[in-house]
Amino acid sequence: MSIPSTTSLKDLFLNGIIKENTIFKLALSLCPSIAVTNNLKNGIYMGAAVLFVQVMVNITISLIRKVIHPKVRLPIFMLVISGWVTVTSMLMAAFVPDVYAKVGLYIQLIVAFASILARAEMFASKNSALPSLVDGLGMGIGFLFALTVISFFRELLGKGTLTVPTGLATSYVVSFINTKPLLIMVLPAGGFLAVGILMAFFNWIDARFKKSIRGSH
Amino acid sequence: MGSEFTKLFELIISASLINNFVFTRFLGLCIFFGVSKKMETAVGMSITFTAVMMISAALSWVVFNHILIPLDITFLEIIVFIGIIAGLVQASDTIMRKMSPGLYYKLGIYLALISTNCIILAVPLINAGEKYSFIQSLAFGLGSGLGFALALVIMASIRERLELAEVPAPFKGLPMAFVITGLIALAFTGFSGLITL
Repeated sequence: MSIPSTTSLKDLFLNGIIKENTIFKLALSLCPSIAVTNNLKNGIYMGAAVLFVQVMVNITISLIRKVIHPKVRLPIFMLVISGWVTVTSMLMAAFVPDVYAKVGLYIQLIVAFASILARAEMFASKNSALPSLVDGLGMGIGFLFALTVISFFRELLGKGTLTVPTGLATSYVVSFINTKPLLIMVLPAGGFLAVGILMAFFNWIDARFKKSIRGSH
Repeated sequence: MGSEFTKLFELIISASLINNFVFTRFLGLCIFFGVSKKMETAVGMSITFTAVMMISAALSWVVFNHILIPLDITFLEIIVFIGIIAGLVQASDTIMRKMSPGLYYKLGIYLALISTNCIILAVPLINAGEKYSFIQSLAFGLGSGLGFALALVIMASIRERLELAEVPAPFKGLPMAFVITGLIALAFTGFSGLITL
Protein backbone atom coordinates (compact mmCIF):
# COMPACT_ATOMS: atom_id res chain seq x y z
CA MET A 1 0.00 0.00 0.00
CA SER A 2 2.60 2.51 -1.10
CA ILE A 3 0.30 4.83 -3.02
CA PRO A 4 -3.15 4.75 -1.40
CA SER A 5 -6.00 5.30 -3.81
CA THR A 6 -8.72 7.81 -3.02
CA THR A 7 -11.35 5.14 -2.51
CA SER A 8 -9.32 3.35 0.16
CA LEU A 9 -8.70 6.68 1.88
CA LYS A 10 -12.42 7.35 1.84
CA ASP A 11 -13.14 3.91 3.30
CA LEU A 12 -10.51 4.54 5.95
CA PHE A 13 -12.12 7.83 6.86
CA LEU A 14 -15.62 6.39 7.08
CA ASN A 15 -14.40 3.34 8.98
CA GLY A 16 -13.68 5.40 12.08
CA ILE A 17 -16.97 7.26 11.90
CA ILE A 18 -19.37 4.41 11.21
CA LYS A 19 -17.99 0.88 11.32
CA GLU A 20 -15.60 1.30 14.20
CA ASN A 21 -17.15 4.23 16.02
CA THR A 22 -15.19 4.39 19.25
CA ILE A 23 -18.14 4.84 21.56
CA PHE A 24 -21.16 3.21 19.94
CA LYS A 25 -19.42 0.25 18.32
CA LEU A 26 -16.18 -0.46 20.18
CA ALA A 27 -17.42 0.82 23.55
CA LEU A 28 -14.00 2.24 24.36
CA SER A 29 -13.09 5.56 25.98
CA LEU A 30 -16.47 5.80 27.58
CA CYS A 31 -15.54 7.95 30.54
CA PRO A 32 -15.88 11.39 28.89
CA SER A 33 -18.87 10.26 26.86
CA ILE A 34 -20.87 10.45 30.06
CA ALA A 35 -18.87 12.81 32.22
CA VAL A 36 -18.84 15.92 30.03
CA THR A 37 -21.96 15.46 27.93
CA ASN A 38 -24.56 17.21 30.06
CA ASN A 39 -23.85 20.33 28.04
CA LEU A 40 -23.52 20.54 24.25
CA LYS A 41 -20.63 22.99 24.35
CA ASN A 42 -18.53 20.88 26.72
CA GLY A 43 -19.24 17.80 24.61
CA ILE A 44 -18.09 19.51 21.43
CA TYR A 45 -14.90 20.88 23.01
CA MET A 46 -14.07 17.49 24.51
CA GLY A 47 -14.61 15.80 21.16
CA ALA A 48 -12.47 18.40 19.41
CA ALA A 49 -9.66 17.88 21.93
CA VAL A 50 -9.71 14.14 21.31
CA LEU A 51 -9.79 14.70 17.54
CA PHE A 52 -6.71 16.94 17.78
CA VAL A 53 -4.76 14.51 19.97
CA GLN A 54 -5.70 11.52 17.81
CA VAL A 55 -4.58 13.20 14.57
CA MET A 56 -1.34 14.61 15.99
CA VAL A 57 -0.40 11.31 17.66
CA ASN A 58 -1.08 9.36 14.47
CA ILE A 59 1.05 11.73 12.39
CA THR A 60 3.91 11.81 14.89
CA ILE A 61 4.02 8.04 15.28
CA SER A 62 3.88 7.38 11.57
CA LEU A 63 6.69 9.87 10.93
CA ILE A 64 9.02 8.34 13.52
CA ARG A 65 7.91 4.72 13.06
CA LYS A 66 11.11 3.69 11.32
CA VAL A 67 13.38 4.74 14.17
CA ILE A 68 11.37 3.16 17.02
CA HIS A 69 12.78 -0.11 18.22
CA PRO A 70 9.87 -2.63 18.47
CA LYS A 71 10.79 -3.56 22.03
CA VAL A 72 10.37 -0.09 23.43
CA ARG A 73 7.49 0.99 21.18
CA LEU A 74 4.78 1.11 23.89
CA PRO A 75 6.66 3.47 26.24
CA ILE A 76 7.45 5.67 23.24
CA PHE A 77 3.79 5.73 22.17
CA MET A 78 2.78 6.68 25.70
CA LEU A 79 5.39 9.44 25.73
CA VAL A 80 4.13 10.86 22.43
CA ILE A 81 0.50 10.67 23.58
CA SER A 82 1.12 12.29 26.94
CA GLY A 83 3.16 15.00 25.25
CA TRP A 84 0.31 15.93 22.94
CA VAL A 85 -2.24 15.68 25.74
CA THR A 86 -0.18 18.10 27.82
CA VAL A 87 -0.10 20.50 24.86
CA THR A 88 -3.88 20.24 24.41
CA SER A 89 -4.58 20.66 28.08
CA MET A 90 -2.38 23.77 28.30
CA LEU A 91 -3.95 25.27 25.17
CA MET A 92 -7.45 24.72 26.51
CA ALA A 93 -6.58 26.12 29.92
CA ALA A 94 -5.31 29.25 28.18
CA PHE A 95 -8.01 29.81 25.55
CA VAL A 96 -11.23 28.35 26.99
CA PRO A 97 -10.77 28.53 30.78
CA ASP A 98 -14.49 28.20 31.55
CA VAL A 99 -14.76 24.90 29.67
CA TYR A 100 -11.44 23.70 31.07
CA ALA A 101 -12.65 24.24 34.63
CA LYS A 102 -15.31 21.61 34.02
CA VAL A 103 -13.62 19.13 31.70
CA GLY A 104 -9.96 19.61 32.71
CA LEU A 105 -9.57 16.29 34.50
CA TYR A 106 -11.03 14.41 31.55
CA ILE A 107 -8.77 16.24 29.10
CA GLN A 108 -5.77 15.10 31.11
CA LEU A 109 -7.15 11.59 31.12
CA ILE A 110 -7.14 11.44 27.31
CA VAL A 111 -3.69 9.92 27.93
CA ALA A 112 -5.43 6.81 29.17
CA PHE A 113 -7.67 6.39 26.13
CA ALA A 114 -7.41 2.88 24.83
CA SER A 115 -8.61 4.03 21.42
CA ILE A 116 -5.72 6.42 20.82
CA LEU A 117 -3.08 3.92 21.85
CA ALA A 118 -4.82 1.24 19.79
CA ARG A 119 -4.76 3.35 16.61
CA ALA A 120 -1.10 4.20 17.19
CA GLU A 121 -0.22 0.54 17.66
CA MET A 122 -2.42 -0.98 14.97
CA PHE A 123 -2.38 1.67 12.28
CA ALA A 124 0.03 4.57 12.54
CA SER A 125 3.06 2.43 13.39
CA LYS A 126 2.59 0.49 10.15
CA ASN A 127 1.47 3.14 7.67
CA SER A 128 2.83 6.34 6.20
CA ALA A 129 1.74 9.82 7.22
CA LEU A 130 -1.17 10.42 4.81
CA PRO A 131 -3.25 7.30 5.61
CA SER A 132 -2.47 7.82 9.29
CA LEU A 133 -3.75 11.38 9.08
CA VAL A 134 -6.96 10.20 7.41
CA ASP A 135 -7.38 7.38 9.91
CA GLY A 136 -6.90 9.77 12.81
CA LEU A 137 -9.39 12.22 11.30
CA GLY A 138 -11.98 9.46 10.87
CA MET A 139 -11.60 8.10 14.38
CA GLY A 140 -11.56 11.58 15.91
CA ILE A 141 -14.58 12.80 13.97
CA GLY A 142 -16.44 9.61 14.90
CA PHE A 143 -15.74 10.38 18.54
CA LEU A 144 -16.73 14.03 18.15
CA PHE A 145 -19.95 12.92 16.42
CA ALA A 146 -20.82 10.52 19.24
CA LEU A 147 -20.20 13.13 21.95
CA THR A 148 -22.22 15.72 20.03
CA VAL A 149 -25.19 13.40 19.64
CA ILE A 150 -25.15 12.34 23.29
CA SER A 151 -24.78 15.84 24.67
CA PHE A 152 -27.37 17.20 22.24
CA PHE A 153 -30.06 14.90 23.60
CA ARG A 154 -28.98 15.21 27.22
CA GLU A 155 -28.97 18.99 27.31
CA LEU A 156 -32.16 19.29 25.24
CA LEU A 157 -34.11 16.88 27.42
CA GLY A 158 -32.49 17.68 30.74
CA LYS A 159 -32.39 21.47 30.66
CA GLY A 160 -34.54 22.31 27.68
CA THR A 161 -31.73 24.40 26.21
CA LEU A 162 -28.83 24.04 23.79
CA THR A 163 -25.52 25.80 24.38
CA VAL A 164 -24.05 26.35 20.93
CA PRO A 165 -20.45 27.56 20.79
CA THR A 166 -20.29 30.47 18.37
CA GLY A 167 -16.66 31.40 18.85
CA LEU A 168 -13.64 30.50 20.90
CA ALA A 169 -15.01 31.84 24.17
CA THR A 170 -18.54 32.84 23.25
CA SER A 171 -21.61 30.69 23.08
CA TYR A 172 -25.28 31.14 22.51
CA VAL A 173 -27.93 29.50 24.66
CA VAL A 174 -31.09 28.53 22.82
CA SER A 175 -34.03 27.43 24.93
CA PHE A 176 -36.63 25.08 23.51
CA ILE A 177 -38.70 23.60 26.28
CA ASN A 178 -40.20 26.05 28.73
CA THR A 179 -42.04 23.55 30.88
CA LYS A 180 -40.27 21.48 33.50
CA PRO A 181 -37.54 19.46 31.74
CA LEU A 182 -36.47 15.90 32.56
CA LEU A 183 -33.93 16.67 35.26
CA ILE A 184 -32.65 13.10 35.31
CA MET A 185 -31.00 13.53 31.90
CA VAL A 186 -28.39 15.98 33.21
CA LEU A 187 -27.75 13.89 36.31
CA PRO A 188 -25.04 11.18 36.16
CA ALA A 189 -27.69 8.49 35.87
CA GLY A 190 -29.13 10.11 32.76
CA GLY A 191 -25.77 9.88 31.03
CA PHE A 192 -25.72 6.12 31.34
CA LEU A 193 -29.34 5.88 30.24
CA ALA A 194 -28.73 8.13 27.22
CA VAL A 195 -25.68 6.19 26.05
CA GLY A 196 -27.47 2.88 26.57
CA ILE A 197 -30.53 3.93 24.62
CA LEU A 198 -28.49 5.50 21.79
CA MET A 199 -26.37 2.35 21.53
CA ALA A 200 -29.51 0.22 21.32
CA PHE A 201 -30.85 2.61 18.67
CA PHE A 202 -27.73 2.21 16.52
CA ASN A 203 -27.88 -1.57 16.97
CA TRP A 204 -31.48 -1.50 15.82
CA ILE A 205 -30.62 0.58 12.74
CA ASP A 206 -27.76 -1.80 12.00
CA ALA A 207 -30.02 -4.84 12.25
CA ARG A 208 -32.68 -3.22 10.05
CA PHE A 209 -30.07 -2.22 7.47
CA LYS A 210 -28.61 -5.73 7.31
CA LYS A 211 -32.05 -7.28 7.06
CA SER A 212 -33.05 -5.04 4.16
CA ILE A 213 -29.85 -5.94 2.29
CA ARG A 214 -30.49 -9.61 2.84
CA GLY A 215 -34.12 -9.16 1.77
CA SER A 216 -33.20 -7.61 -1.57
CA HIS A 217 -30.99 -10.56 -2.55
CA MET B 1 -5.67 13.41 66.61
CA GLY B 2 -9.27 12.33 66.96
CA SER B 3 -10.55 14.84 64.46
CA GLU B 4 -7.72 13.94 62.09
CA PHE B 5 -8.88 10.35 62.16
CA THR B 6 -12.49 11.36 61.56
CA LYS B 7 -11.39 13.40 58.57
CA LEU B 8 -9.62 10.40 57.06
CA PHE B 9 -12.68 8.27 57.62
CA GLU B 10 -14.83 10.91 55.96
CA LEU B 11 -12.43 11.00 53.01
CA ILE B 12 -12.67 7.23 52.55
CA ILE B 13 -16.47 7.27 52.75
CA SER B 14 -16.78 10.18 50.37
CA ALA B 15 -14.36 8.67 47.84
CA SER B 16 -16.08 5.30 47.91
CA LEU B 17 -19.77 6.18 48.16
CA ILE B 18 -20.55 9.81 47.45
CA ASN B 19 -18.01 10.47 44.71
CA ASN B 20 -17.94 6.86 43.58
CA PHE B 21 -15.56 6.67 40.63
CA VAL B 22 -17.89 4.71 38.41
CA PHE B 23 -21.26 6.23 39.22
CA THR B 24 -20.54 9.90 39.74
CA ARG B 25 -17.13 10.51 38.18
CA PHE B 26 -17.56 8.04 35.30
CA LEU B 27 -14.02 6.77 35.34
CA GLY B 28 -12.79 3.28 34.56
CA LEU B 29 -15.86 2.47 32.52
CA CYS B 30 -14.08 0.29 29.95
CA ILE B 31 -12.86 -2.04 32.67
CA PHE B 32 -16.15 -1.75 34.54
CA PHE B 33 -18.14 -3.03 31.56
CA GLY B 34 -15.42 -5.41 30.48
CA VAL B 35 -14.92 -7.51 33.61
CA SER B 36 -18.31 -7.28 35.29
CA LYS B 37 -19.78 -10.31 33.53
CA LYS B 38 -18.64 -12.85 36.11
CA MET B 39 -18.46 -12.50 39.88
CA GLU B 40 -15.11 -14.29 40.19
CA THR B 41 -13.24 -12.04 37.77
CA ALA B 42 -14.91 -8.97 39.24
CA VAL B 43 -13.63 -9.81 42.73
CA GLY B 44 -10.10 -10.57 41.49
CA MET B 45 -10.04 -7.40 39.47
CA SER B 46 -11.18 -5.19 42.31
CA ILE B 47 -8.52 -6.57 44.66
CA THR B 48 -5.81 -5.92 42.05
CA PHE B 49 -7.19 -2.47 41.42
CA THR B 50 -7.33 -1.40 45.03
CA ALA B 51 -3.77 -2.58 45.61
CA VAL B 52 -2.36 -0.92 42.49
CA MET B 53 -4.28 2.26 43.23
CA MET B 54 -2.97 2.62 46.80
CA ILE B 55 0.63 1.89 45.86
CA SER B 56 0.51 4.26 42.90
CA ALA B 57 -1.06 6.96 45.08
CA ALA B 58 1.80 6.60 47.58
CA LEU B 59 4.58 6.51 44.97
CA SER B 60 3.27 9.39 42.93
CA TRP B 61 2.73 11.52 46.05
CA VAL B 62 6.40 11.11 46.95
CA VAL B 63 7.55 11.84 43.41
CA PHE B 64 5.19 14.80 43.00
CA ASN B 65 6.02 16.50 46.30
CA HIS B 66 9.74 15.74 46.50
CA ILE B 67 10.83 15.85 42.87
CA LEU B 68 8.32 17.71 40.70
CA ILE B 69 7.50 20.60 43.06
CA PRO B 70 11.10 21.41 44.13
CA LEU B 71 12.24 21.35 40.49
CA ASP B 72 9.17 23.34 39.41
CA ILE B 73 8.26 20.92 36.63
CA THR B 74 4.70 20.08 37.72
CA PHE B 75 3.49 20.42 34.11
CA LEU B 76 5.15 17.06 33.49
CA GLU B 77 2.81 15.37 35.96
CA ILE B 78 0.86 13.39 33.34
CA ILE B 79 3.99 11.89 31.77
CA VAL B 80 5.58 11.09 35.15
CA PHE B 81 2.44 9.50 36.62
CA ILE B 82 1.90 7.35 33.52
CA GLY B 83 5.51 6.16 33.85
CA ILE B 84 5.06 5.23 37.51
CA ILE B 85 1.83 3.36 36.82
CA ALA B 86 3.23 1.50 33.81
CA GLY B 87 6.13 0.27 35.94
CA LEU B 88 3.78 -0.76 38.75
CA VAL B 89 1.47 -2.64 36.42
CA GLN B 90 4.39 -4.50 34.91
CA ALA B 91 5.45 -5.51 38.42
CA SER B 92 1.98 -6.64 39.52
CA ASP B 93 1.62 -8.51 36.22
CA THR B 94 4.75 -10.53 36.97
CA ILE B 95 3.76 -11.15 40.59
CA MET B 96 0.26 -12.31 39.65
CA ARG B 97 1.59 -14.65 36.97
CA LYS B 98 3.73 -16.38 39.60
CA MET B 99 1.25 -16.30 42.49
CA SER B 100 -2.04 -17.22 40.84
CA PRO B 101 -1.78 -18.33 37.21
CA GLY B 102 -5.51 -19.11 37.04
CA LEU B 103 -6.49 -15.54 37.83
CA TYR B 104 -3.76 -14.27 35.56
CA TYR B 105 -5.15 -16.30 32.68
CA LYS B 106 -8.59 -14.76 33.19
CA LEU B 107 -7.58 -11.16 33.77
CA GLY B 108 -4.56 -11.13 31.45
CA ILE B 109 -5.83 -8.72 28.82
CA TYR B 110 -7.40 -6.31 31.31
CA LEU B 111 -4.30 -6.30 33.46
CA ALA B 112 -2.33 -5.14 30.45
CA LEU B 113 -4.92 -2.40 29.98
CA ILE B 114 -4.61 -1.14 33.57
CA SER B 115 -1.68 1.04 32.58
CA THR B 116 -3.89 2.85 30.11
CA ASN B 117 -6.79 3.01 32.54
CA CYS B 118 -8.15 6.34 33.55
CA ILE B 119 -9.20 5.35 37.07
CA ILE B 120 -5.66 4.51 38.14
CA LEU B 121 -4.28 7.67 36.58
CA ALA B 122 -7.06 9.81 38.04
CA VAL B 123 -6.11 9.05 41.66
CA PRO B 124 -2.63 10.65 41.52
CA LEU B 125 -3.95 13.53 39.38
CA ILE B 126 -6.75 14.32 41.85
CA ASN B 127 -4.37 13.89 44.80
CA ALA B 128 -2.00 16.41 43.23
CA GLY B 129 -4.82 18.77 42.33
CA GLU B 130 -6.37 18.74 45.81
CA LYS B 131 -2.95 18.97 47.54
CA TYR B 132 -3.70 16.04 49.85
CA SER B 133 -1.13 15.03 52.48
CA PHE B 134 0.57 11.65 52.26
CA ILE B 135 -1.89 9.90 54.59
CA GLN B 136 -4.85 11.60 52.90
CA SER B 137 -3.60 10.44 49.50
CA LEU B 138 -3.43 6.88 50.77
CA ALA B 139 -6.93 7.16 52.22
CA PHE B 140 -8.24 8.57 48.95
CA GLY B 141 -6.62 5.70 47.03
CA LEU B 142 -8.14 3.15 49.40
CA GLY B 143 -11.59 4.75 49.29
CA SER B 144 -11.59 4.93 45.51
CA GLY B 145 -10.49 1.32 45.28
CA LEU B 146 -13.24 0.20 47.65
CA GLY B 147 -15.81 2.20 45.73
CA PHE B 148 -14.72 0.64 42.46
CA ALA B 149 -14.82 -2.83 44.04
CA LEU B 150 -18.34 -2.19 45.32
CA ALA B 151 -19.48 -1.05 41.89
CA LEU B 152 -17.94 -4.08 40.18
CA VAL B 153 -19.48 -6.54 42.62
CA ILE B 154 -22.98 -5.01 42.36
CA MET B 155 -22.77 -4.96 38.59
CA ALA B 156 -21.42 -8.51 38.34
CA SER B 157 -24.19 -9.91 40.49
CA ILE B 158 -26.85 -8.15 38.42
CA ARG B 159 -25.34 -9.26 35.14
CA GLU B 160 -25.15 -12.87 36.27
CA ARG B 161 -28.89 -12.80 36.86
CA LEU B 162 -29.45 -10.96 33.59
CA GLU B 163 -28.13 -13.93 31.62
CA LEU B 164 -31.48 -15.60 32.26
CA ALA B 165 -33.64 -12.59 31.54
CA GLU B 166 -35.25 -11.84 28.23
CA VAL B 167 -33.88 -8.59 26.88
CA PRO B 168 -35.15 -6.90 23.68
CA ALA B 169 -32.74 -7.71 20.82
CA PRO B 170 -31.23 -4.24 20.23
CA PHE B 171 -30.59 -3.87 23.96
CA LYS B 172 -28.67 -7.16 24.29
CA GLY B 173 -25.25 -6.83 25.85
CA LEU B 174 -23.75 -3.41 26.39
CA PRO B 175 -26.82 -1.15 25.99
CA MET B 176 -28.61 -3.07 28.72
CA ALA B 177 -25.55 -2.85 30.95
CA PHE B 178 -25.59 0.92 30.45
CA VAL B 179 -29.24 1.23 31.39
CA ILE B 180 -28.64 -0.84 34.53
CA THR B 181 -25.65 1.30 35.45
CA GLY B 182 -27.89 4.32 35.05
CA LEU B 183 -30.35 2.89 37.53
CA ILE B 184 -27.60 2.07 40.05
CA ALA B 185 -26.19 5.57 39.60
CA LEU B 186 -29.64 6.93 40.38
CA ALA B 187 -29.60 4.94 43.60
CA PHE B 188 -26.14 6.28 44.43
CA THR B 189 -27.30 9.88 44.14
CA GLY B 190 -29.04 9.09 47.43
CA PHE B 191 -25.62 9.21 49.10
CA SER B 192 -24.93 12.80 48.02
CA GLY B 193 -25.03 15.17 50.94
CA LEU B 194 -24.20 12.39 53.40
CA ILE B 195 -20.97 14.14 54.37
CA THR B 196 -20.00 17.65 53.39
CA LEU B 197 -16.25 18.00 53.20
